[in-house]
Amino acid sequence: MNPGWLSAEEWQAVRLSLEVASRSVLVSLLPAVLVAWLLVRGRFPGRVLLDAVVHLPLVVPPVVVGWGLLMLFGIRGPIGAPLNEWFGVRLVFTSEAAALATAVMSFPLIVRAVRLGLESVDPGLEAAARTLGAGPFDRFLTVTLPLMSPGILAGTVTAFAAGLGEFGAVITFASNIPGETQTLPLAIYSATQTPGGEAAAGRLALISFALAIGGLLLAEFVARRMHRLLGRA
Amino acid sequence: MLEVALRHRFAADGFSLDAGFTADGAGVTALFGPSGCGKSTILAAVAGLLRPQAGRVVLDGQALLDTATGIFLPPERRRFGVVFQEARLFPHLSVETNLRYGERRAPRGATGPGFEEVVALLGIGHLLARRPAGLSGGERQRVALGRALLARPRLLLMDEPLAALDTTRRAEVLPFLARLRDAARLPILYVTHALDEVDALADRLVLLEAGRVLAEGGVEALTARTDLPLAARRDAGVLVGCTVLAHDAARGLTRLGFGGGELLVPLRPEPPGSRLRLRLRARDVAVATEAPRSLSMQNVLPATLEAIAPTGTPHELFLRLAVGPTPLLARVTRDSAERLGLLPGQMLWALVKSVAFGLPAPASSRDGPPS
Repeated sequence: MNPGWLSAEEWQAVRLSLEVASRSVLVSLLPAVLVAWLLVRGRFPGRVLLDAVVHLPLVVPPVVVGWGLLMLFGIRGPIGAPLNEWFGVRLVFTSEAAALATAVMSFPLIVRAVRLGLESVDPGLEAAARTLGAGPFDRFLTVTLPLMSPGILAGTVTAFAAGLGEFGAVITFASNIPGETQTLPLAIYSATQTPGGEAAAGRLALISFALAIGGLLLAEFVARRMHRLLGRA
Repeated sequence: MLEVALRHRFAADGFSLDAGFTADGAGVTALFGPSGCGKSTILAAVAGLLRPQAGRVVLDGQALLDTATGIFLPPERRRFGVVFQEARLFPHLSVETNLRYGERRAPRGATGPGFEEVVALLGIGHLLARRPAGLSGGERQRVALGRALLARPRLLLMDEPLAALDTTRRAEVLPFLARLRDAARLPILYVTHALDEVDALADRLVLLEAGRVLAEGGVEALTARTDLPLAARRDAGVLVGCTVLAHDAARGLTRLGFGGGELLVPLRPEPPGSRLRLRLRARDVAVATEAPRSLSMQNVLPATLEAIAPTGTPHELFLRLAVGPTPLLARVTRDSAERLGLLPGQMLWALVKSVAFGLPAPASSRDGPPS
C-alpha cells in the first residue's frame, strides 16, 4: 500500500491519522445525534447550558481540552482510575486516547451539522406519520432519520476531515509517539523540528492537503445524491 | 357516532375555543367558518395532535380523549386518517411507499378498500413509481387522500384539503373527494371556508365563529335559515337535493324533480336518475302575487310565504317560502314587499331566475352511485 515515495514512518502517520479520525467519528456520531435531538426537540431546564458545554471545545484552546482529558482519564483521574483498576485499561498515550481527544474536539462540529439537518425536518411530516399509526421509534426511523441524514452525513465528513488535523488535544492527551499516537499533523510538527526534515514535512503537508480536498469533494458529491434521493432536487 | 366537546385557550394570542358538536354515521360533516374561527384547531384536537385543556372526543362510545378521567390516546393509536392542506407526503419515499405507509401499520383485520381499489378510485396508478417532488399539487393531494384511506381509519379528518390548490386543480380533485366519500363509508370531518365545497360534499354542517358553534344540522336545513352568517353572503340561498328526470336535447334543457315540484335547467351531463344538489340563491328568486305570463323565466313555482325576515341590509328583506315541503329563500327590497302587500301565509309564485350547481360533479346522496 505504501506508495514508495514516503518513508515507513511517514506512511504510518498517514494510516494512523485516517484510523484515528474514523474511530473518533464512530465514537461521537451516536451521542452527537442524541445531543442534537435534545437541543432541537428537548424541553428541559439546562438546555442552554448543554448547548454551551457542547460548544466548549470550539472556543477553549485545544491544549486545555487535552489537559482536561488527561485529568479525567489519567490513571489517577476520576474516570481513568476505575478504568485502570477494574478493567486494566490505560487510555493515556495510546491511539485510543488520540481518537478520544479527536472525538471531543470534533463533537461540536457533528452536533452542529446534525442539528441543522434535524431542524430542516418538517414536524408536519412526523405528525402525518403519527396519524398513519407510526409510534415514536417507528417514525424516527422511517421519517425523521432519513430526512435528517444529509445533516448527519455532512457532520460525519466534516468531523472526519477536521479529525485528520487535530493537534493540540492529541499531543497533550496522547503524546507524540510514532506508530501509536503520531498522526499526520504531529508527524509534520516533528519533521519541522528535525534538521533536514523540510522535504518530509512538505510531502506530509501535500497529503494533508489532498485528503482535505478529497473529503470536501466527496461530501459535495454525496450531498447532491442525498438531495436527489430525498426528493428535494 | 362522533361526539366532540372541547375547551382550549391559547396563551400566545388569547384565542379561546369552546365548541361541541356531533357527527353521526357515514357521511361528511363540514366544519365551516371564516379563517381563525378555530375549525382547524378542532380538527387537530380530534386527531390527537393538539391536547386541549378540557374536553371529550368519543367515537362510537369509545373515549379517545376525556380530560375529566385523564384519557388521552395519542394520534398513532386513534386510527383517524388525516388529510392536511399541504398533502405532507414523505419526500424520500415513492408514491407507492407513501400509500403503503399507513396500510402496513393498520391493525390486522381492519377493513376498508384495498390498494388496487383505492389507486383506481383516485386515478393515481400511473404515479406509483414517482417521487412526491415530481407531482402536481392536485396529484399530491389525491395521493394523500389514498394514503389516509389505506391506513384503514375509523374516521377521516380533512383540513382544507383543497385550499392550497388553484381553481383548476380544485376542480380536478373535488370529484375524487366525492367519489372517496361515497366509497369510504366512513364518517368524514371536513374543515373548509369554501361554500362550494360544502355544497358539493357536506351532509351536515357545523357553523363556527370565533371559537364557538353557531349552529349545527343538515346542510339543506341550515341554508334555509336567515339568522346565520350564511344568509349575509352574496351567494346565500337554499340547497335543494333533486333527481334528474329527463333531458330535452333539442331544447337544451334538463328537467329536475325535487320535493316541491320540478325545475328546468340548462342541459346537464348526468344521466336520468342521478341525484344532484343545487343552490337556489336568494337573490335569483323573485316573487309575484299573480300567476305571471309571457315571461322569459322557465321556472315559476307556486309557493306559500311563511315568514318575512330582515337581511341585515336596511332596505332588503328575506322571504321564507315553502314550495311543497321544500323551503326557499327570496331576497327582495323592502319597497317591493310593501308595494305587493306581502303577508305571511299568502300564496305566491316564486320565479327562479337561475340555478347554481356548485360544481360539475355533485352526487349528494350517499345511496346513489358515484358519478
